[in-house]
Amino acid sequence: MAVDDNKGIPMRLTVDGQSFDIDADPDMPLLWVLRDLIGKTGPKFGCGIAACGACTVHVDGQPVRSCSLPVGQVSGAIKTIEGIGTAGKLHPVQQAWLEEQVAQCGYCQAGQIMSAVALLDEVANPSDADIDNAMGGNLCRCGTYPKIRSAIKKAAALKTAGL
Amino acid sequence: MASVGKIARRTFLIGAAAVAGGVAVGYYYYRKPFPNPLEAELGKGEATFNPYVKIGADNTITIVAPRAEMGQGISTTLAAMVAEELDVGLDRVKVEHGPASHAYYNAAILQEGGPFAFFDESMTAQAVRSGLGVVGKFLALQGTGGSASTRDGFDKMRQAGAVARQMLIAAAAQELGVAAADLKTADGSILHKASGKSLTYGAVAAAAAAMASPDEVRLKDKADWKLLGKPQKRIDMLAKVTGAPIFGIDVRLPDMLYGTVKMSPRFWAKPVKADLSRAEKMPGVIKIVPLETNYGHGFGIIADNTWAAFKAAEAIDAQWFDPEYPLGSAAISDVLKQALATKGSVMRDNGDVDTAFADAPRERIVEADYAVPYLAHATMEPMNATAQFKDGALDIWCGNQAPTLVRQLCANAVGIEQGKVNVHTTFMGGGFGRRVETDYALCAALMAKETGGRPIKVTWTREEDMRHDAYRPAAIGKFQARLGDDGMPVAVDMKMASPSVIAGMLRRLFPSISPLGPDKTIVDGAYDQPYSIPNYRVTGVAAPVSIPVGSWRSVGSSVNGFFHEGFMDEIAIAGKIDQVEMRKRLMAAYPSAVKVVEKVAAMAKWGEALPAGKARGMAFTLSFGSWVGEIVQVADTPAGIRIEKVWIAADVGTALDPGIIEAQLISAAIYGLSAAMGQEITFADGMVEQSNFHDFDAMRIFQCPVFEVAILENFHRMGGVGEVGTPPAAPALANAIFALTGKRIRTLPLSKTVAFA
Repeated sequence: MAVDDNKGIPMRLTVDGQSFDIDADPDMPLLWVLRDLIGKTGPKFGCGIAACGACTVHVDGQPVRSCSLPVGQVSGAIKTIEGIGTAGKLHPVQQAWLEEQVAQCGYCQAGQIMSAVALLDEVANPSDADIDNAMGGNLCRCGTYPKIRSAIKKAAALKTAGL
Repeated sequence: MASVGKIARRTFLIGAAAVAGGVAVGYYYYRKPFPNPLEAELGKGEATFNPYVKIGADNTITIVAPRAEMGQGISTTLAAMVAEELDVGLDRVKVEHGPASHAYYNAAILQEGGPFAFFDESMTAQAVRSGLGVVGKFLALQGTGGSASTRDGFDKMRQAGAVARQMLIAAAAQELGVAAADLKTADGSILHKASGKSLTYGAVAAAAAAMASPDEVRLKDKADWKLLGKPQKRIDMLAKVTGAPIFGIDVRLPDMLYGTVKMSPRFWAKPVKADLSRAEKMPGVIKIVPLETNYGHGFGIIADNTWAAFKAAEAIDAQWFDPEYPLGSAAISDVLKQALATKGSVMRDNGDVDTAFADAPRERIVEADYAVPYLAHATMEPMNATAQFKDGALDIWCGNQAPTLVRQLCANAVGIEQGKVNVHTTFMGGGFGRRVETDYALCAALMAKETGGRPIKVTWTREEDMRHDAYRPAAIGKFQARLGDDGMPVAVDMKMASPSVIAGMLRRLFPSISPLGPDKTIVDGAYDQPYSIPNYRVTGVAAPVSIPVGSWRSVGSSVNGFFHEGFMDEIAIAGKIDQVEMRKRLMAAYPSAVKVVEKVAAMAKWGEALPAGKARGMAFTLSFGSWVGEIVQVADTPAGIRIEKVWIAADVGTALDPGIIEAQLISAAIYGLSAAMGQEITFADGMVEQSNFHDFDAMRIFQCPVFEVAILENFHRMGGVGEVGTPPAAPALANAIFALTGKRIRTLPLSKTVAFA
């Protein structure tokens, strides 16, 4: 196994607009680099096999499952839930989530929101089928799906209105 | 400082007066209040009035909501109870979980633990209910479960707010030299209208907390509520949409190590031999230590980062002894079948069932065998805990549903006094009963003994989480009905067998207590339903299989809701009576039940013709004090069966936050539908076969139906909310599939028989 022989190698990552110099096994999934080495705990660990979407972040604007993406293969700027808005100035998707009172336990929501942000960057007014396609990889055990759907539609309206 | 003992004695134990007659033994102890745990942790300028209210000189108002927030919104609703009587808005207060303390015991969690249905209001049933509330106090279990938190908190937390407000007014009256009756409160201040003078709560908090407590407090009438009864903005929502570090898995401490566990894949089994050498040499690995807890045996991996620990856990080469239970699912099922053939405990026995069946003509008999599998909780946040053992004291951070148990069991495990353990309860990424267990905390506590005082965060892999749960037990049931000439049932005989949840929990959580008497959870959801049938027998049998089983959202009702309501549908079909009509007739003695059935039927326009390829099923379950009817509409599509729409009507007695209640009913229904559609935990070679979301999945957004919910408040006692939507979901779906396809599916998951889109 490669891991046995590999030593950490130095690399530089851009996360939420900030540069980080890290020393990591290139096989280490991006998620654990973010959470344990850099201290960005917004992206969550759910499954480790890209089956639940809790770890979703963007690399150059594309949603990726960071639990299954070796950090050595990352080339591009990384954005996490912590980089899209702040408590004082929320991203329209976060604002819609707040207004629709989407979250229950909240654990999957960072991933849900990052998938929704990517969807709305691609499709300004997503249909139900667009939402099904884009969000099918994000599991929620609390069953907040009806509110996720309505919040995505509200976020689309907020974005169109330039909020 | 406040003389808390006095306040608490006068204000928190009013309920005790009602039970004095029934509970002679230990009445003094029951009346004696626990000390206020907030006294020990007051900041500069802070005053506390009781275990639920702290006010700072700067007018920061802190409410302690001592129940686990696992998504059900309890921190918001409990805070609203205090805020309502304290006369402040929720945006004005800070809400904390507070420390682990016996002061926060949950009496309601045990109140329905007696062998009586919720609707049984006989003298005996009420006396036992009160008595069990006292047992709750003796065990002093600070727990979140049984959909009991609002029922437990409703009086005591409103009283806490009212007492504090009254003392603040009294202090302000003294300060201003006016009569208390001339003072009003608004938004955290006390106003004297005539003079225009006002004082903030904070300005008089210290003086108020030092005053004598009022002899009596008057709680607001429901009509005057400003917060309760209305949807509130959840206090945790902003943190949850911004990725804030609020979960156990997000804890970060200076100099922290990381770890994981590899426990025996065969429950309770010890290692025959283990080769740790390869794992120990892996980069980032610091140490591998053996673990032994009430949950079994295994290894803890201590490392520089979580990923290194995960890789090392995989590299451990261990062999494990055979388990004490049968190796595979078929053999386990045989144990259940053998148990079902034994006598068991009769929990409901109306009329004379044996005689009623003795002369029944064959064509008047309906018979069915039902079965459900083991289920994992599969919370989104895998099990984890962070622990630091330093200078003889243990600090432990984790999401958990039972802080006082975590404290006690971790103290025992590391060999220190309970007083040396501080439990910091975080928000949890799902609970559903899983975090009533303490295994994740015990492992972290033991590993913290091996780090030279450094804190360690121990995170389980999803595979470890899926394979080391306290599962919803598998169960089987045998059902018989005799129909009368009019098609209505005149006799039913129901018998179910399942491993005992209570016995399982005692072994892990209270190892010094032996299980006594029958386990009511085996028949919950079947023996306690509001149907009047002249001859009605429900028998439960505990099956001896020691795979860990525990509380899974709605516990026994998750099993028997499916059994009972599937069988009721079969009776209606056999008797050629409409399902709604049959229920209305059988439930006539329970108007709340009838109204729920009528409401959900009206919402769904039950009885109206549907287009070809669509069908509906209904089910009703009374659980945790709430009466819930659900109707599921399914459609036949080229890709498989699609669940199109679900209607839910629920009578919760008093609806404290309709927004949160609606969200919980939908959540619980999706939880039940997910399990019914495709979930099962199976065993081979003594080990769980499933490992992750690819083979134990749940409903996805593209499968999610549209929901319509009605919340009713007809019954005179308050019901629970977090679990009550789960039991009717599976039978309503199975009954709809029967209506659609003619296939009567009596074994879950349904995906063994039909495909879902």
